Amino acid sequence: MTPEIGYALTAVALALALYGAGAAAIGARRGHPALIQSSQHAALGVFVLIAAAMLLLVYAFLTFDFSVRYVAMNTNRGTPFYYRITALWGALEGSIILWSWMLSLYTLLVILRYRTRQPEFYPWVLSVMLGILAFFLLVMTIPAPPFQRLTPIPPDGRGLNPLLEDTGMITHPVALYLGFTGFTVPFAFAMAALITGRIGDEWLTATRRWTIVAWYFLSLGLLIGGWWSYHVLGWGGYWAWDPVENAAFMPWLTGTAFLHSVMIQERRRILKLWNLTLIILTFGLTIFGTFLTRSGILSSVHSFTQGAIGAFFLGFIALVLLGAFGLVAARGDRLKAQGELDSILSRESAFLLNNLFLVAAAFTVFFGTVFPLLSEAVRGVKVSVGAPFFNLVNIPIFLALIFLMGVGPLIAWRRASRENLRRNFLWPVAVGVAAAAVFRLLGVANALALLCFGLVVFVTATILMDFYRATRAKLLSGERLLPAMGGLVIRQNRRYGGFVVHLGILVIALGVFGSNAWSIQTETTLGRGEAFQIGGYHVRFDGLAASEESNHFKVTGTFTVANNGHRLAVMYPAKKFYPQEQTPIAYVDYLMGLREDLYLVLGDFARDGSQATIKVQVNRMVTLIWIGGLILTLGAALAVLPDRKKA
Amino acid sequence: MAARPVWESHAEVGSDASERGLGPRNPPGGGIGRGAKPPSEGIWRWGKWAIPLAVVPLLILLAYGFRTDPRAIPSPLVGRAAAPFSITLFSGGSLSLDELKGKVVVVNFWASWCYPACYEEAPGLERGWRAYRDRGVVVVGVDIQDTEEAARKFMRQFSLTFPNGPDPAGRISVDYGVYGVPETFFIDRSGRIRKKHVGAVTEAVFTGEVERLLKEPS
Amino acid sequence: MRRAALLPILLLPLLAWAAPPAGSVNEDTVRQIAAELRCVVCQNLSVADSPSEMANQMRGIIRERLQAGDTPEQVVAYFVDKYGEWILLSPRPRGFNLLVWVLPFAGIGVGLVAVLLLARRWSRRAASEPVAEAIDAATRERIRREMAELEP
Repeated sequence: MTPEIGYALTAVALALALYGAGAAAIGARRGHPALIQSSQHAALGVFVLIAAAMLLLVYAFLTFDFSVRYVAMNTNRGTPFYYRITALWGALEGSIILWSWMLSLYTLLVILRYRTRQPEFYPWVLSVMLGILAFFLLVMTIPAPPFQRLTPIPPDGRGLNPLLEDTGMITHPVALYLGFTGFTVPFAFAMAALITGRIGDEWLTATRRWTIVAWYFLSLGLLIGGWWSYHVLGWGGYWAWDPVENAAFMPWLTGTAFLHSVMIQERRRILKLWNLTLIILTFGLTIFGTFLTRSGILSSVHSFTQGAIGAFFLGFIALVLLGAFGLVAARGDRLKAQGELDSILSRESAFLLNNLFLVAAAFTVFFGTVFPLLSEAVRGVKVSVGAPFFNLVNIPIFLALIFLMGVGPLIAWRRASRENLRRNFLWPVAVGVAAAAVFRLLGVANALALLCFGLVVFVTATILMDFYRATRAKLLSGERLLPAMGGLVIRQNRRYGGFVVHLGILVIALGVFGSNAWSIQTETTLGRGEAFQIGGYHVRFDGLAASEESNHFKVTGTFTVANNGHRLAVMYPAKKFYPQEQTPIAYVDYLMGLREDLYLVLGDFARDGSQATIKVQVNRMVTLIWIGGLILTLGAALAVLPDRKKA
Repeated sequence: MAARPVWESHAEVGSDASERGLGPRNPPGGGIGRGAKPPSEGIWRWGKWAIPLAVVPLLILLAYGFRTDPRAIPSPLVGRAAAPFSITLFSGGSLSLDELKGKVVVVNFWASWCYPACYEEAPGLERGWRAYRDRGVVVVGVDIQDTEEAARKFMRQFSLTFPNGPDPAGRISVDYGVYGVPETFFIDRSGRIRKKHVGAVTEAVFTGEVERLLKEPS
Repeated sequence: MRRAALLPILLLPLLAWAAPPAGSVNEDTVRQIAAELRCVVCQNLSVADSPSEMANQMRGIIRERLQAGDTPEQVVAYFVDKYGEWILLSPRPRGFNLLVWVLPFAGIGVGLVAVLLLARRWSRRAASEPVAEAIDAATRERIRREMAELEP
């Protein structure tokens, strides 16, 4: 019965979502509060139904109900308990359930918050969100139903993709999808603003916090994805510029641009058209990302199987982009800038440039990602666009962005005087240059690394100097140090939250540059008892052991690691052999450190354990990326705190 | 000094507040549909529709993507002379492509871990070999990235009798631009690669290709 | 072609923390070549990064060819000959491929010009519509005085 009940739940949810979207729109047009009320009930109903469907699927997973095709495909009797729960989003159909559920959750939150506020926008926001939700429910009903009966019922399932048996896979999709779906809220507000013609700043002010939340979860999702890649995939990196990674990175870039450019619109009432464009692009890119992963038009490690679903998504992308930009064009006359700019040397300009480079980065990633398709269409030749291209082209763009990160927050609004520039930038520039010089003397010869270090120090100095000045002003007005600092941060939480996020990004940038510039690796075959040296480490191969795990067979190598003569650790990189997989899965072992990680991947081995090939990497400064992620979390949390400034 | 500095209530402590006045200059509110604006210029009136239209080429490109298979990579080797190789056979002895000049050669890359495709095609290949071996056709199996033990088991399972050997360093695989298993190359009597088949080769494909190449004058 | 191969190499670290060379071939060169090639059995990983057996063999072939006296360009050309352009992780900057290299920067250029033009238009508008001072002269004076006290 489970597949039928589940399918019925989805179908009813779809009907309710369609009804709710229509009711809210008609209610708003004709001014029927009762219809809007009814639409709210529908939204609540959709949420409950999707939650029920999700729980039903989890129950099916926990009870090994292989009559459900999705359960049979993504689990088997050996799958450990936790992974049976997370198998829920381990493949295409289930991930759409998770997505819809989150979207319905956001819809519910929007209802709770705006039911009585924003009377002009709110019904339209509700209508748009339910409409989008209806699309995902449609996908769950027709091209990718999670509840599909499998006959005959197999005695055991196929099993979860072993790469997904990892804690990173528990959290990565959750965070990523919270980010993706979160951008629906500002998008729906933008659409409501366009539909009602109230294209002022209200929709921006209303959605500021939602955008930060969505942005934060997307950042977190990307970082956890990197973490998963680093410690599961066994290639020693955290970012491969895979089409699907790119698909998640593009909305992050445009979303970041949006977060910044709304500040100019709030202050100067320019860039209305631009902000609408950015949020439409950001939302469109989140859907595009899902399309890429699910349509199979580009090859990728993350690809789910293809099917009719690609056509559904393409249709939806067409609808979203044509509809939204069509609305923009229809309202075009109201979108002219009313504000003005005083000087080209101003914070406004810095923000414009920031937007330009962020969008350029997004464009580069986008164009690189679809270029193989274009090349095939035009020339009939398949080409690849991979990491070497993206790294090379993006380096100057990201350096420019880091530079602007230092300039933007401190250059004066409106018009920067020479005095303002001297006052705010003399010291940071001096410190940045000095830092680069010191690194040079310490033996860093790589010009790119020096530039990056110099810029990071410069930006950090601007942030610290700003905080120092503000604190000093408070001290001079008689406050004590800690309350002064605390008060500053709490009262201007948006500004300082932003600064803390910037610091997090800087730390991540250091990690990215450092690990690219200085990591070393080698691959070698050792006999038992043999050892070799890399980067000051002494790695000795002590033998192999085989073990039978609940759902796979595992061969574990034992390696003793010493540094400068004293023993550091015994490490156990392994290879896991899953019956459902053709090739073994590497199980990485690593020693994490602030300065560098020692990272071991077991390669080939002799059956009798007499010798093994081992790939050893000394990955430098990678940990900074994870630390940067924590700092970023702190900053984002600070930035979404309720404004107390005016209280 | 006890007096609260005026600018403290404003966010931008670091900015040059004294220069031009504090905070945003524009009066709050308003902003939407204020009537006192110049009428739209002609370009904008129609030009604005370029915004949604700009999306169309992208949609077309993505739709085109459905017609392509990202996993089908055309080999540049088709039509060119097959790279010479020599292989140490599992049955002992060795075989080199040069010895097979004048014959139609079918080179099949496989592995015992390649399930199910290699398991599907193996019986057909064996039948093809038995049917055509006397008509100047040679089937050569190249086992890649495998262990000898597993490979021998595979060959026993399907009672393979055509010459088969390992490619321990992957040289033959790379020379033939192999990117997965199974892949099968059909080489004509003059030693040129005429077709590359990716995935399990069916008996129909095998017979069709071999018959076509046999009909050609050598 | 030569420049295409050199660019990524130039950007790679020039630091001397490298592992000792194995035999006569510099392992760094092997890695640099491998980093440009796509691991044919994986998705979007380079031959340098991939832990797969095939990538391992391809690294071996790179090493072998270098030992036999091939230049890095010749090694890369060998793989392109066998697999087509598809195997290069960054498309060679010539012909139609130039588009992917140039367009991002062209876009930035156009964007810069647009930002400049817009900023000029907006700032001209500002000049033409003077807006009343938001604060009066007395407040300005007080700010100036207090700022002066802060600045030693």
